[in-house]
Amino acid sequence: MSTPTLDKSSGHSEALDAAEAAAGHLITVTMRIRRFNPEVSDAVEWVDYQFPIDPKERVLDALHKIKWELDGTLTFRRSCAHGICGSDAMRINGRNRLACKTLIKDLNPEKPITVEPIKGLTVLKDLIVDMDPFFQAYRDVMPFLITKGNEPTRERLQSAEDRERFDDTTKCILCAACTSSCPVFWNDGQYFGPAAIVNAHRFIFDSRDEGGEQRLEILNDKDGVWRCRTTFNCTDACPRGIEVTKAIQEVKRALITRRF
Amino acid sequence: MQIHKYDTVIVGAGGAGMRAAIESTKRSRTAVLTKLYPTRSHTGAAQGGMAAALANVEEDNWEWHTFDTVKGGDYLVDQDAAEILAKEAIDAVLDLERMGLPFNRTPEGKIDQRRFGGHTRSHGEAAVRRACYASDRTGHMILQTLYQNCVKEGVEFFNEFYVLDLLLAEVDGVQRTAGVVAYELATGEIHIFQAKAVIFASGGTGKFFKVTSNAHTLTGDGQAVAYRRGLPLEDMEFFQFHPTGIWRMGILLTEGARGEGGILRNKDGERFMEKYAPVMKDLASRDVVSRSIYTEIREGRGCGPEGDHVYLDLTHLPPEQLDAKLPDITEFARTYLGIEPYTDPIPIQPTAHYAMGGIPTNVQGEVLSDNTTVVPGLYAAGEVACVSVHGANRLGTNSLLDINVFGRRSGIAAAEYAATTDHIELPEDPASRVVAQVEGLRNNTGTERVADIRKELQECMDTNVMVFRTEQTIKTAVETIGALRERYKNVSVQDKGKRFNTDLLEAIELGNLLDLAEVMAVSALARKESRGGHYREDYPNRDDVNFQRHTMAYRETDSAGNESIRLDYKPVVVTRYQPMERKY
Repeated sequence: MSTPTLDKSSGHSEALDAAEAAAGHLITVTMRIRRFNPEVSDAVEWVDYQFPIDPKERVLDALHKIKWELDGTLTFRRSCAHGICGSDAMRINGRNRLACKTLIKDLNPEKPITVEPIKGLTVLKDLIVDMDPFFQAYRDVMPFLITKGNEPTRERLQSAEDRERFDDTTKCILCAACTSSCPVFWNDGQYFGPAAIVNAHRFIFDSRDEGGEQRLEILNDKDGVWRCRTTFNCTDACPRGIEVTKAIQEVKRALITRRF
Repeated sequence: MQIHKYDTVIVGAGGAGMRAAIESTKRSRTAVLTKLYPTRSHTGAAQGGMAAALANVEEDNWEWHTFDTVKGGDYLVDQDAAEILAKEAIDAVLDLERMGLPFNRTPEGKIDQRRFGGHTRSHGEAAVRRACYASDRTGHMILQTLYQNCVKEGVEFFNEFYVLDLLLAEVDGVQRTAGVVAYELATGEIHIFQAKAVIFASGGTGKFFKVTSNAHTLTGDGQAVAYRRGLPLEDMEFFQFHPTGIWRMGILLTEGARGEGGILRNKDGERFMEKYAPVMKDLASRDVVSRSIYTEIREGRGCGPEGDHVYLDLTHLPPEQLDAKLPDITEFARTYLGIEPYTDPIPIQPTAHYAMGGIPTNVQGEVLSDNTTVVPGLYAAGEVACVSVHGANRLGTNSLLDINVFGRRSGIAAAEYAATTDHIELPEDPASRVVAQVEGLRNNTGTERVADIRKELQECMDTNVMVFRTEQTIKTAVETIGALRERYKNVSVQDKGKRFNTDLLEAIELGNLLDLAEVMAVSALARKESRGGHYREDYPNRDDVNFQRHTMAYRETDSAGNESIRLDYKPVVVTRYQPMERKY
């Protein structure tokens, strides 16, 4: 195709052609889902659902197909459907991901795709877990700007470099993919977990904040950052691409040097 | 059934609800009820920025912002409200910064600002940098910052509590607010929340369209509850279609992409917006850009094998700029389309985005039961409400502003009202409607499925009442929706349980969508003119003589139990700006 005023006048890439192709050929997929409903039975059951789907669709679309066409009792949380609200973290083929940000074609769909709830939090029904302990750990690190003295009339000034210093950890959507991928968290529910530390980091390294010492003391606790064993599961799990393990290491270093 | 007693109850925990909660918690005993968790709300999906004439990077003032808002809304905006919005914008942004919001910064360390559609200097001369932003996740940062400050203030949340009814009671001949009835998702239990003041902040209705930027959970719950209690809905025919949704999926790609220099192109590579908006080009108001895109598509200049989309071209922008200013939306293109925005244009189409209409309020957030009468103790803010600061078409970045300005105002007003009054007695058997609704759906053995009806509704809305409308298409929509409402009476759910019954939840949500879709279509049918987001091909011009007025839709039930919609009208508040021809 000729595109005279488009910079790339050579035409379309294969990727664009593929993206614009009419609805792809359908494949048959098997979704193998861990079902649990204590209202009915205390037993956990793995149930297979087989149906045709466009492989460019999301795992969330597949879950909706089951719920809307095959079995209305399948229960999961979701809202925005594009990786921003953090509702639908699940363990998909053994790895923590957001169902709305994972495409079927990227999951080796010739084999059954397994979906189960994230680990380390109590399962309440099917893919829904109790998020309260997760949010409690978040609240425990005082996740808000702490300042002293009088409020300025205008905005506080902050250099672009100082703003950049904590940019990565501001991306967190509190989906719990990191925390529920952490072996230390699985084995000991007392550990704050990566997400709470990420949110502490977001303030400790914010040049406007004056509560760093308080937060560091909280994280110096026996259930704080020192429990981290640097397995990098959290970094791999983060759907926002946050370097979670690096953030935890920076908090550890700040605890040793008291410089941040 | 549990009964709770609070001074103030807030329904919804997005930007407006949490901004209100921060104020009302300081002044009154407050509960916030949300059907999600607070940080899941769709405020978090907003990307590009929040408008305020800070003049940090170039000359600007609130009066220009007021004018742009009025003109953007195609002169259906209440101008007193727009003036408040633009004036208080400056403090609203500074408040968020002081609460900790990590805005992008200028070289001097001030809050940085960028261009956005319809925001101009000197009443339309050229684009102005007015949008304060945090990368392309400004809404996410607002939602997080507000939640952080709710944690700080000790705001009491009831998560996954779905409000299904509003309790009003007559005292001395006046309808007053008594509380709300909520359904606890985890247990299926019904809760009564007795309150002196109630604030609705439950968001929009976008899910009655198929291609939409809205979350699955945006089902107009607050509007539907108020409407069924006899309160009017204002300007429901005005719905915004954002020009740049990811083709077929509808996922939002911020207008900030064009603010940063992105260009819309048709299949010939032509920058077609130059034809439609010679001054503002790609940064004309959203209604103008969305119509231009569909005009290109209809005239055969759409892209792809089916010619059903156009391109958002960012390939001429330096990759460093995309990484720094637009990281999320470029990642969406990679994740969902498999393309690289550094080198390929992004296939886009307009996507149903924002309800300009809603529950009518005055500038204190007080809900109106007709053109002028306030319902004591009842408030609404954000997308659920219609103040009206957006008129017939909202400007980009004015919604993040709206939730902060009017969320704050309603939070203060509700708490102050609660301090002056006692609880009124609950009506007899307060949960009766909700019990009937929930148990009716749970026990219905009909043959209709929620997903089928919802799909047909969404397809009907996309086909008939989207960017272009005619008498014929709107009538088709009214008839189809009526038939779907009949079928809804026969809807059954498979999950009969109490625990996290999301099957039942979706059935209730569908009922809300059907009611509101009907109000939208009936309101659109009666508006025989084109204005902002409401474009009638059979009446292509704006008609200020007959239609510079707000639509007020009321639900009425006759003695035989038959429901109908009665339309009334409310004058537009005009202060400084007489209607002019709208050009960009």
